[in-house]
Amino acid sequence: MILTKDQQALLDGQQGEIMAKVVKTLVMYGEAFGAERMVPVTSEYGHTVISFGIGVMKPVYELYDQLLAAGAVSKQPFSADPRPLDKNIPSSFLQNIVFKFMYSQQEHYEEQLQQLGLMNKNAYTCACYLPQAGNVPKRGEILSWAESSAVVYANSVLGARCNRNSGIIELMGSIAGFVPEFGLLTDDGRKADWIVEVRTSKLPDAQLLGSAVGMKVLEKVPFVRGLDKWLGTQLSESACAYLKDFGAACASNGSVGLYHIEHLTPEAVDQGESLIRENAPVYVVDDAELERIRNGYPCIWKDLDATPKLCFMGCPHMTLSQLKDWTVRVEEGLKAAGNKKVLIPTVFTSAPGVVKEFNKTAYAGRLKATGVILSTICPLMYMNNPLSKKMPVITSSNKLRTYSSARFYSEEEILAKITKEGK
Amino acid sequence: MSRVFKGRVITPGAAKAPALVSHGGLNTLASYQMALMFGDKQVKCGDQNNPDLYKKPMIGKALCLPETIGSTTGGMVLYTACAMGKQPACMLFSKPIDSLAASGAILAANWTDASMPVVDSLGEEFLNYVQDGMMINLAEDGTVTVEDAE
Repeated sequence: MILTKDQQALLDGQQGEIMAKVVKTLVMYGEAFGAERMVPVTSEYGHTVISFGIGVMKPVYELYDQLLAAGAVSKQPFSADPRPLDKNIPSSFLQNIVFKFMYSQQEHYEEQLQQLGLMNKNAYTCACYLPQAGNVPKRGEILSWAESSAVVYANSVLGARCNRNSGIIELMGSIAGFVPEFGLLTDDGRKADWIVEVRTSKLPDAQLLGSAVGMKVLEKVPFVRGLDKWLGTQLSESACAYLKDFGAACASNGSVGLYHIEHLTPEAVDQGESLIRENAPVYVVDDAELERIRNGYPCIWKDLDATPKLCFMGCPHMTLSQLKDWTVRVEEGLKAAGNKKVLIPTVFTSAPGVVKEFNKTAYAGRLKATGVILSTICPLMYMNNPLSKKMPVITSSNKLRTYSSARFYSEEEILAKITKEGK
Repeated sequence: MSRVFKGRVITPGAAKAPALVSHGGLNTLASYQMALMFGDKQVKCGDQNNPDLYKKPMIGKALCLPETIGSTTGGMVLYTACAMGKQPACMLFSKPIDSLAASGAILAANWTDASMPVVDSLGEEFLNYVQDGMMINLAEDGTVTVEDAE
């Protein structure tokens, strides 16, 4: 890798040993992928995937203490993934003890984030790219982000450029102010390796389609045909919400960092089929394929007939339009079933900025009246312990299903369970 | 009987350990999170979607895999496993390494004292050949010798 004079000076220790190690880490990271140079981070804000103060992650906090002691802080403000805890979410006495033990470093870690350059005290969401969350990169900007669902959204829907960086590495890019140029930062790395032909009889479930695509193409870039038939050719609020959930499933069931949707996402609109590599294989997704994917999901509940004790919606965090739509859907579902409140404790999660805006609307009171709890936490963080693992929790999120014992149901099934069936 | 494969060194080192093979991508967060959080000494794989590894001990094994997948906490999780001394003996990738695994390996190499040599690009044939329990000898130059189980 060829470094500029300034970059070489940093590597040689001009700003101390710790900064030199930060740059060395980035250089080795780039060299693993054949990067020939560093490029400046050009976005206004960064984003870190590490938002949780789990006691066992002491090595991470110790590393961050080293950075802070050396004055190696982020050159750009950044947002972070959601906080792990919210006392408004139903939990048992024992769970509360476990949470206290597990997240014993939360306060300390949040102090570290503030010192490292967190945007503000409420900049905690996995969907930082939502307008109300305030970290919306522009097309073509170079990012140093981590959080698989945010990276794939920024690349695909916003046309920004970011590799699937890991936690810690993303912060080091923001500290150095430059990142190695490879992969999704290059024109060639953004070419489509796969063609996905969607031939379903209706708009496919975003979560199932994303899961199918992720499992098939893994880390490759898919060019998806046939979705514009259902989503249209404009990046409307509903299309963006769909793509958010589709991308999160692609990224968690595979490791997709970028997808192109024909006639819809910015690079697909501008470059069309010229984005597709020669001889790209074709994956056809029809109703039967989605059914096959769905039937392949394991469920690790001990009692498969257990009555759900909790329902989580919003992994990744829900958009403002999703919160409004779901308020109406829950109201209508309850009315049709002759019920007043949801029959299963249900939590919707969204970004603090989105919740603030939602609370200014009449929908907020209406949602509260249905019994649904609105929170800003990370459902995965709630689920990550043996007690929660034993709980029969249901979700429409493929990401949450992948990383926890939560059981997946389609949105229609979830709606029926929480408003009508109660089991 | 033994077979030799040659890969590219990502982080250097030598290792000798029994193989643990995943034919699908290793979801690092899903595999490690519960084991690290709750002090599982054997570091049993917690990824219910990975039938090759689910519930099998990973510590000290020569982890043979195509790539890692899933959450971008992956590199941080590997780094943490290394810092806690709960890493595999080595990681052997059939494909070119992915960004999350590379991050974890490089963070561990630069910021911990742990040894977890990592080699990639060993080829599809490597993953077709190697099986759980076969003894792996990894040399510093990225040469991997797979000894058949007796």
